[in-house]
Amino acid sequence: MNTIEVNNKADIFSTEIRGEIDQWVAKYPADWKQSAVMAALRIVQDANGGWLTTELMNDVAAYLDMAPIAVYEVATFYSMYELKPVGKHKICICTNVSCMINNSDRVVDHLEDRLGIKLGQTTEDGRFTLKEVECLGACGGAPMMQIGKQYYENLTPEIIDSILEGLE
Amino acid sequence: MVNEVCLRTLDLDRPWLLEQYQSRGGYEMLTRILKEKTPPEEIIEEVKKSGLRGRGGAGFPTGLKWSFISRNAPGQKYVVCNSDEGEPGTFKDRDILRYNPHQLVEGMIIAAYAIGATQGYNYIRGEFWEPYERFEAALKEAREAGFLGENLLDSGFDFELHAHLGGGAYVCGEETALLESIEGKKGQPRFKPPFPAHFGLYGRPTIINNTESLASIPMILKEGGPWFADIGVKNSGGSKLFSISGNLNNPGVFEIPMGTPFSELLEMAGGVKGGRKLKAVIPGGSSAPVIPGEQMMDLTMDYDAIAEAGSMLGSGAVIVLDDTNCMVKVLERMSYFYHEESCGQCTPCREGTGWLYRVISRIENGQGRQEDLDLLNDVAARISGRTICALGDAAAGPVAGMLKHFRDEFQYHIDHKKCLVGAG
Repeated sequence: MNTIEVNNKADIFSTEIRGEIDQWVAKYPADWKQSAVMAALRIVQDANGGWLTTELMNDVAAYLDMAPIAVYEVATFYSMYELKPVGKHKICICTNVSCMINNSDRVVDHLEDRLGIKLGQTTEDGRFTLKEVECLGACGGAPMMQIGKQYYENLTPEIIDSILEGLE
Repeated sequence: MVNEVCLRTLDLDRPWLLEQYQSRGGYEMLTRILKEKTPPEEIIEEVKKSGLRGRGGAGFPTGLKWSFISRNAPGQKYVVCNSDEGEPGTFKDRDILRYNPHQLVEGMIIAAYAIGATQGYNYIRGEFWEPYERFEAALKEAREAGFLGENLLDSGFDFELHAHLGGGAYVCGEETALLESIEGKKGQPRFKPPFPAHFGLYGRPTIINNTESLASIPMILKEGGPWFADIGVKNSGGSKLFSISGNLNNPGVFEIPMGTPFSELLEMAGGVKGGRKLKAVIPGGSSAPVIPGEQMMDLTMDYDAIAEAGSMLGSGAVIVLDDTNCMVKVLERMSYFYHEESCGQCTPCREGTGWLYRVISRIENGQGRQEDLDLLNDVAARISGRTICALGDAAAGPVAGMLKHFRDEFQYHIDHKKCLVGAG
């Protein structure tokens, strides 16, 4: 597998991002920098408005001495990485069994109506993306959704409205 | 008795803090072990006596798993905790991470001491940001107090522990997929043998245990293996965290003795919402075959009782369904999940899960054919036991269970192109 040759890794990311990635690299054995790839992808995705470009994945590959293909494999395998632009707020709605039988359909309908988009789409102003996700492990608070790092449980249309109104 | 082990500090104001954990004897067991230099064999023996079985779902005896590691083999060994809680219906490890992270940390240090590991990782699912932050804060406190790092409490024993965040993949809850994921790869399960005890993380001997299993360790050692075993029943030692969700008045996590009647657990969860009739229960996460409500009301929550009823206790994720639910729709949603989460490595699972979903979906949507029912059983049977990991079995199991107990609903969908539930 080919890796990308870079002259100076300090040119790849900002000091801040490098610092964050390096903290993760330090958790693993010295010859296993690749272990930090999931964290690195998350960090650069967050800094890029929530999605990964091929250039960013190549940068991660170069920074961690990995073949680009090995980074693409990771980025495409896990559901939390986005390979297309997403809205400022990615709304992840669980529709798995415990949420489904607690009317997650109503959550989806309400969000689709309010935002004027379907699951998998982004509003024209780039503020919101709706994403259907699998069980997020908060079934006691079904129906639930995640926006950014935050879980929101026991959702009703009224609660959803107040959550959305509280977002920037 | 409730909340005797993993949730025993839940009544405290901020139980996730070191000072509060220590106010209930936290880290006393670790301190005693390090001071007295307790022989590791004694620790493993005590865990064996406790009857603790893997709380992630497989139910493999924890002490036995630890004994597979050759403690004196040269080189690095690893302790890995599986906090990749993803089995639909399961939400207990999230509460351990949020409310009692120090007990997990203490359990992991003791596990490391027992097998001679100096490095550990806790794999936390990527969506669990709040639990991850609680765990990180606990690590920081533990490090500052000298419970992590080099030469713990002047014992000569070193142990460092880090969190690893997942990225959204159910299959990473499978232990070898989880190891691949820590190594920075796609989470595709490894062929076994070799088992992780011989060839684990970075090719080194590794034990992997569930969050609840490891968080149980300090209390097992403090009170003794037999104490823990006696909380539960034969073959099902201890208490267990049950995540109970669905059509309920008061869903949540309840730590109760193994062998507690399901009817009592249902009562704790406030009973079926709106006083409706209990139709069915999925007793151990969505991979566990469904059990009709009437039969469930006579069962106890332990490995043997649930297995004898044709299902499994799994992760202790109890999904309660009332009589408004269409079982075809429920199975359709579960099949979609396995199809979505199959890692694609083994053909029977990759193709079979899609096949199951499409057939169930057409029955649900009034396009079913008479031969579909046999076809479902046939496809499910051809996935089972023919894949590297248990995801294929998990996809197949619920199909057989649903067709066994609720065949009439599937038949009605095929005959009438509509749902029996609500058809009056």
